[in-house]
Amino acid sequence: MASQQDSSAYWSKNISIIKGCLIVWFVASFGMAILLRPLLSGIGVGGTDLGFWFAQQGSIIVFLILIFFYAWRMNKLDAEYGVDEE
Amino acid sequence: MDQFTLNLIVVGATFALYIGIAIWARAGSTSEFYAAGRGVHPVINGMATGADWMSAASFISMAGIIAFGGYDTSAYLMGWTGGYVLLAMLLAPYLRKFGKFTVPEFIGDRFYSQTARTVAVACLIIASITYVIGQMTGVGVAFSRFLEVDNATGLYIGAAIVFFYAVLGGMKGITYTQVAQYVVLIVAYTIPAIFISLQLTGNPIPALGLFSEATSSGEPLLTTLNGLLADLGFSSYTQQSDTTLNLFLFTVSLMIGTAGLPHVIVRFFTVPTVRDARSSAGWALVFIALLYLTAPAVGAMARLNLINTVYPNGTTEAPLAYDQRPEWVQKWEQTGLLTFSDKNGDGLIDYTANKDTNEFDVNRDIITLANPEIAQLPGWVIALVAAGGLAAALSTAAGLLMAISSAVSHDLIKSQINPEISEKGELMSARVAMAVAIAVATYLGLNPPGFAAQTVALAFGLAAASIFPALMMGIFSKRINDKGAVAGMLAGLIVTIVYIFLHKGWFFIADTASFSDSDPLLLSIKSTSFGSIGALVNFIVAYFVSNATEDTPQEIKDLVESVRIPRGSSAAVDH
Repeated sequence: MASQQDSSAYWSKNISIIKGCLIVWFVASFGMAILLRPLLSGIGVGGTDLGFWFAQQGSIIVFLILIFFYAWRMNKLDAEYGVDEE
Repeated sequence: MDQFTLNLIVVGATFALYIGIAIWARAGSTSEFYAAGRGVHPVINGMATGADWMSAASFISMAGIIAFGGYDTSAYLMGWTGGYVLLAMLLAPYLRKFGKFTVPEFIGDRFYSQTARTVAVACLIIASITYVIGQMTGVGVAFSRFLEVDNATGLYIGAAIVFFYAVLGGMKGITYTQVAQYVVLIVAYTIPAIFISLQLTGNPIPALGLFSEATSSGEPLLTTLNGLLADLGFSSYTQQSDTTLNLFLFTVSLMIGTAGLPHVIVRFFTVPTVRDARSSAGWALVFIALLYLTAPAVGAMARLNLINTVYPNGTTEAPLAYDQRPEWVQKWEQTGLLTFSDKNGDGLIDYTANKDTNEFDVNRDIITLANPEIAQLPGWVIALVAAGGLAAALSTAAGLLMAISSAVSHDLIKSQINPEISEKGELMSARVAMAVAIAVATYLGLNPPGFAAQTVALAFGLAAASIFPALMMGIFSKRINDKGAVAGMLAGLIVTIVYIFLHKGWFFIADTASFSDSDPLLLSIKSTSFGSIGALVNFIVAYFVSNATEDTPQEIKDLVESVRIPRGSSAAVDH
């Protein structure tokens, strides 16, 4: 079992990975598809603009990549701190 | 072979498959019944989660909502998928490590409070029953349209099938049946979409076809659609009509509501390890995305096909004469979901945005089911869509019934009424609870309360405002105590319910509403978007109440410490 200090270091590492992922999550959905859409309206994608593409497809693709990235990164972190499942 | 026989064969074959799987996967222990013995491979679990999550609403309604709502309805697409990111990072791995059976159980243990557990059970039952009504109604509609039996008979057949495999197999039977149902529903959704995409754009992948050129005009599909809509006076498909504030908050509500729905969360209790819980959320989203990336294409193409059907010579020429209407229009007229009223008496189908002169009303819910007929696809494709709609409704209904029955037998009977109950007794009470839940759902499906549609907002509001914040704070904070959690959940719950009732009427009695969603109480926040505000209230109240009262006991701090670390998860398998 990991010591108290190790486990709090592991947890704060996890928190910072989550923060990074959630920033990307926010930008890909709320950012590109809603808040920034007026700024991106000049960039055309198949008859409409980039914001519309992010709203209907791009965000979902980014979500998928994020979840698998997080799973891969955390499995690595588990091993580094020796807290992976036996 | 006529269409009716074809429907009967395809639907009958899928039902035989589900029953066969149920017999193969009978549950013998409570662990198998509640959590499928925690032996489900993450990819299989992801597929089952996909079927569990994609209900009659996703399969039958969503493409129609998108077809008539355009850009604004992207909130559904982002909300119902983005929630999985929150699940994968903020909830699933830790709840799997905790290693118990139900969502209220975690809330009760972490906040060392039976009150918290009971509040969670109440939220779970209200949210799940609401959802089940919708599924049962969907089963009735699909049966009555495709098998030409009346609504009630259709419902009894559906209920009998669910009863058979859910009561017998528990989570284990449900999980493996859902895998089969996923395959049926995704094939049924994708095949007509591929045909239609090929017809309109020449691109066999609908998601790419949406952004390709339409073969008819040589211009991009969406430009063509916007042009036709403008001719008829409709608002543009790709422009935003809603306010940015409401669109933002609605998307937030759907995301955290998704992450807080108990029947989705419990799926992550069935995988063997914490590692699998993380990747299983990703696999679930892969299988969901296959449908969700296709849905916007289905929506836009259906709208285009619909306009082309009514205006075969273009929107600048006269529309189709009523007595030349295609067969699918006649069939759907019989259901009352599609109506024509010749207001100006010229015998032509005038379809415009102006309510006073428009003569053609199409219910949004028929788009997916009528789509293959609109595009004149072969009969077996139509039969497949019928089987797919039923698979979507039945798989979600089973998952919800499972969540209800485990809340009753495990969180109420075992934990509060009779803690001495044997495993056999608990298994029996879970099965009885499930049978009662099916009977109640069937009754409500036969006599749907007038407010069934509105209560979906309530279900998401409840999950977003009560369950999600409580779970998240339970994992990410050691300081939130029993009083903070209970006060937070109740505060979030109450403001959300009051806000919904103010707009939809107290207990959904329409006359008692003081505001409407077109002119809401706060800024432009509609009642369907208020779950996000409710969640915020929950977080704030829980924080201040906890800080004003005593610290959490040491054993709770240890519990939080242990759920944060994957090692030791196998202890839960034999629980």
